[in-house]
Amino acid sequence: MKTKQEETDFEVRSLDTMCVNESELVHPWWYNFKYAAVGVIFGIVFIKAEIISWFRIQEMFKLQSFHMYGVIGTAVIVGAISVFIIKKLKVKTIHGEEITFTNKKFNKGQIYGGLIFGLGWAITGACPGPLFAQLGSGSLAIIVVIASALLGTWVYGKFRDQLPH
Amino acid sequence: MIETITQPWPWYVAGTIIGLIVPTLLILGNKHFGISANLRHLCAACFPSNIPFFNYDWKKESWNLFFIGGILVGGIISTQYLSSPDPVVIHPDLAKDLSQFGITDFSGLVPVQLFSFDQLFTLRGLIMMVGGGFLVGFGTRYAGGCTSGHAIMGLSDLQWPSLVATICFMIGGFLMTNLILPYILAL
Repeated sequence: MKTKQEETDFEVRSLDTMCVNESELVHPWWYNFKYAAVGVIFGIVFIKAEIISWFRIQEMFKLQSFHMYGVIGTAVIVGAISVFIIKKLKVKTIHGEEITFTNKKFNKGQIYGGLIFGLGWAITGACPGPLFAQLGSGSLAIIVVIASALLGTWVYGKFRDQLPH
Repeated sequence: MIETITQPWPWYVAGTIIGLIVPTLLILGNKHFGISANLRHLCAACFPSNIPFFNYDWKKESWNLFFIGGILVGGIISTQYLSSPDPVVIHPDLAKDLSQFGITDFSGLVPVQLFSFDQLFTLRGLIMMVGGGFLVGFGTRYAGGCTSGHAIMGLSDLQWPSLVATICFMIGGFLMTNLILPYILAL
């Protein structure tokens, strides 16, 4: 039974962005603050480059501004070069572990879910990351949007088996 | 120096820093950039309800919850200490379009005339805040990722399913902003 559960879990995970490369090392919980520090920088960039602005997202989808295309395009280029270097030089983590990559499997969810998310992105003017930065910027009502996004995720999990993938 | 920081940052600066988050997370602990998974972890932590999709050890993914906690704090820091005194610049055509729907306050990054607790009691506000949020949460999980996991991390790793997802994000966004949103804003 335990084996079966593990297999199911892995299948679920392979469809997902969740980290499938689990570290064997056990760190104290406060080690996670290094990720919080990266998050702080990300949050500052979100606000200072106005990526969390509802108006910037509307301008993107109305082709009135290059700003968001520039941000995402540059991020992909920098990210791709970094990943290439990490793979080429077999760079290890600061704890000496190997850095691993998992290929994403195609499923129809990427089409249906992608379209649904796109619709929501243009309404709220925010993807999941910016929602948290918007909340931090003082727009407290965004807590409603986040709660609703959690509900959306939960409903997806509940009816996952009935949806085409 | 501080004046340069408080100005709105150009796209190439923001894009470069966001791009560098990809190798930073990998080198810090073999973590893959992806934010929407947190919505799943929060469901798994708070309301697993015996649903197999939420039945996993979310604590192993707690690094990501720290990451979004950091984003929240970053939002507070830059609003409190690094904000620019100048109003946000809006494309004149967008300002004109929005003014038809009574949206004339462009002072914040989030339009208060659309996203506020008061608006929750209007049909338009309800659709945009509750409906929009639901689509974001449902769609990202259905697609297996959002802008960070697919468009940035996935494309950086040259994953073609991520390209499919990214193209669909954009199609959905174009449809909403140009064809559907005008009807919602008119409510």
